[in-house]
This record gives sequence, structure tokens and C-alpha cells, in this order.
Amino acid sequence: MKILVTVKRVVDPYAKVKPLADGSGIDTTGVKFDINPFDEIAVEEAVRQKEKNADIEIVAVSIGPAECEEQLRKALAMGADKAIHVETNDPLDSSVVAAELAEIVKQEEPRVIFMGKQATDNDHNQAGQILAAKLDWPQATFASNIEFDGDRVNVTRETDTGEETLSMPLPAIITTDLRLNEPRYIALPGIIKARSKPLEKQERKTDVQPKTTVLKLELPPERPAGRKVESVDELISALKDRGVIE
Amino acid sequence: MSRVLIVCFDRADSLAAIGFGQASGKPFDILQLTQSAAEGTGAEKIYSLGLPTFPPADYLANALSDFAKEYTWIAGVSNMRSKDVLARLAGKLDCAMVTDVLSIESEDTFTRPIVAGAIIATVQVHATPVVLTFRTSGFKAQPTDKASEVIEHKFDWQGVTKRLSENSRGGGRPDLAQAKVVVSGGRPLKDTETFEKVIGGLADKLGGAVGATRAAVDSGIAANELQVGQTGKIVAPDLYIAAGISGSTQHMAGIKDSKVIVAINTDPDAPIFDVADYGLVQDLFEAVPELTDKL
Repeated sequence: MKILVTVKRVVDPYAKVKPLADGSGIDTTGVKFDINPFDEIAVEEAVRQKEKNADIEIVAVSIGPAECEEQLRKALAMGADKAIHVETNDPLDSSVVAAELAEIVKQEEPRVIFMGKQATDNDHNQAGQILAAKLDWPQATFASNIEFDGDRVNVTRETDTGEETLSMPLPAIITTDLRLNEPRYIALPGIIKARSKPLEKQERKTDVQPKTTVLKLELPPERPAGRKVESVDELISALKDRGVIE
Repeated sequence: MSRVLIVCFDRADSLAAIGFGQASGKPFDILQLTQSAAEGTGAEKIYSLGLPTFPPADYLANALSDFAKEYTWIAGVSNMRSKDVLARLAGKLDCAMVTDVLSIESEDTFTRPIVAGAIIATVQVHATPVVLTFRTSGFKAQPTDKASEVIEHKFDWQGVTKRLSENSRGGGRPDLAQAKVVVSGGRPLKDTETFEKVIGGLADKLGGAVGATRAAVDSGIAANELQVGQTGKIVAPDLYIAAGISGSTQHMAGIKDSKVIVAINTDPDAPIFDVADYGLVQDLFEAVPELTDKL
């Protein structure tokens, strides 16, 4: 069984980022890049499934500029068998990404796709569902547990009010949430060792254009500075003055 | 004629939809999947399905794609179920989607937060229909006495996913995303019982909802659906009380639109104090019970 897993290169999710002065993009001066944390969970899950079932082959795919190779190397070091890099400097939105991934799916014929539920740069939470619709495959988003069962997969997913378990026939798309697993730590030697694993470069296969354009980026309005109170009594009277408690 | 459809999964969604419907400046209809829509939404038509529970995303996106395609905007309150279903719908209709809309700038331009709310992006879409999910804090409802026509509606359901089980925890508290008061706790709450007693106790006293940090959820102290932040729930209550929460960027992303933020923490340098309107440097195990008693 082949698992396709997506890997997006994003600005370090723990760095404090700001827009460029002209609002045309994110100021990435001195900021590191990493695998989107939710994609890292997706890669980890694929590797854990492979540890239970040796017949699994894991293909990691990334779409974007030359530097995405770093993130694919990390996915290979984590345990992916092969990587595909669709190298492009084109502007991408979720619909372009889904269109390109659909082409990779035709080529690789995976039984299941693991994707992060959202990327921590754009915070969209769209690409997995759009791809599922394009392929007409069932989907389980916000996954917190995945169990394969013959021709089906059972996925426990987080919901607004708790959780539910879905059973889907394969092929299917699963998007991964925080509670699915904790990705393993990969030291630098592991990444260097993974250099012997195959990494295929490909060009884009569609001419799909983005359906959205970011016109500008700006800082959000700042909250005015607050003040410290010395006691619970002072807090209560301040909240009464503001009219938020009676 | 330009027209908006707001997909509401339950009654709470229909309440939250009113402000967005009004802000759209267009006539709008509501598709009400479960329960009944709130009164006074101002919608022209309410298509009511009266389902006991809503089906998985493949069924819903299949049914909606025919129903919704004539609308200019197809919108839903930003929550997990709408992101699940509406993004799939956007894929089926091959149309543009904007998640977490904060404001409507024009017919085709919207603002939304990115990178955990550190940056606000202005986004233009190039095709209609547009699928949108919106943050409710930016769209305050005005009272309206405009009557809606309620139409009972049925779909032919098609899909392949089976739901094996569903575990919905409500606990009788208000919905976190729409509560007027939210009391949240972090990792220092130690265990489930302490969390429920201290945080739940204050929340109940204030008639509010309970929230938690990712750390509290990951360590099993609080249920997953209580997580507030970038990848959890976005809240915008009148009063947000953070107890034992240091204030990571990811958590802050979920609370910034609260009217008043209170932080109770022993560490005077905790970043939460930078955004809190009122900060109390005190042990939460003393301060929160005292607050609960005195209210």
C-alpha cells in the first residue's frame, strides 16, 4: 500500500514574523523555515503505519521553490521512502496545490493521502478537502487516530463538540491534527544519511491559476496596554466598572 | 442578482450568521441543517432540513454543490465543521475560498488573519461563487424584525463515509466560540478534577464557557474541543479570564478579539500580561476560588 504525504515549507511557526514594509509579503530576514508542523505529524503517522505494516511505501511530495528540498530531506530522514519535488516559483493557493497534487496522485496511485490539516503560515485549512473533492475520495479532517482495516480506514477525528469515528473505503484523504502523534526528533546525521534516498524533481503539470491573490499584508491593530491589579477585590471592581460583570 | 447563502449546522450558527448576513449588504438565505434557525435572522428564506445530526462531509458537499452554485457567496461560521464541509464544497464547485474572514472590504476583497494572527492579509478573489468562512467577532448583529420564509427542504444524500460513533460533550455550558464569558486554564491546573473544580467553578458562577491551552489538552487535563488558539477555537467573549496561562503566540491568536482580557499568573513576566487589560500576579489556586466566592 502506498501512502502519499504532503510536506509544505513554512516560516518557523514559533518565530515572531511581520510583514515587509511595503506589505507585499512576510519579512523572512533571519527567520528559519521548517516542515509545516501538521505535515510533520502526517509524515510521522505514515512512518508509524509502516512500522506496523512493512508493505507500506511512503512518498513525500512538496510543491514550491528549490529550498523545499530541505523539508523533503527531513521527511526522508523521518522514514519516507521517496520524495517528489514539484519545483516552481509560481504563486500558489490551495486550488493550485490541489490541482498539482491531483496530477501526482494519477502518477503515483496512492491508496491514502495524509496531509496536515492546515499550514501554519496561511492557516487556510483547505487543500486536503479541495483535493478530496477533485478526486471524489472520502475525507476525514482533524484526525486524532487512524486504523487501517482491510479495504477501509477508520479515523477518529476531533469535532467542535468532541470527537467522532468515521469509516471510509480506500482510497481516502486524511488531514492530521495535533493529537494524532508526536513527531520523532531527527538529528542532523539522520538527515545526511537520508541523502541516498531518491528525490525526484518534476515540473508543474497543470496551468491552473490561483483563484485568490493577496493584495497586502499588515500588522493587526494592537491592543492598548492594560494594567496590573493588586488583589481580587481590585479586579472585581475594575470588571464592574467596565460593565463585564454585575 | 447577487445573493448569499449561509450554511448553518445548528441554531448557534444561525445566531452567529446574522451579523455577517447584514454586513454582506446582499439578500441572504440560510440553509439550516439541524435544529431550527434562530428568530430574527433577517434571512429572506430559511431552508430547514431538520436533521437529527449532520452527515459526513462527502454527503454534505455533494448535496450542497447543486443547491448552492447559484449563490454569489456561500458562507459559514468559522468552525471545524464548516472548514471540513465548505472547503470540500469549494473543491467541488472549483471556486475560490477565503477562510476566517475578518471583514468584507468589497464585492471580491476580504481580510483574514495569517501566521497565527500575527499578520492581517487582504485577499482578492477572482471568480464567483466564493466560499467563505467568517469570524463572528467582526460582524455584530443589528436587531431586525424582517420575517423569514421558512421552507422545509430535503436532499438526496450521496456519499460513502460511514459514521461509526459520535461523542459529543456539552456539559450544559454555553458554546465556547460564542460565549459572553470564557474562563480558560493551562497546564498548572494539574489534573482533570482540579481543572473542572477551579476553572469550571468560576465559569459556572459567571454563566460562561470553559477553555484550555494546548498544553492542558495535550497533557489530558482538558478535553480537545476546549482548546483555544490558532488551531483550536477562536473566542471573542466580553470577558476572557486566563488562569495559569503564560500566553503563547498560538494561544493569543485565539483570544485577541475578546473585549476584556484578565490574566492570573504567578509569573509577572508572562507574555499574557502584555495583552491583558487586567493582570493579577497571584497563585491561581488562591485567586480563582476567591474570585468565585466573591462574585
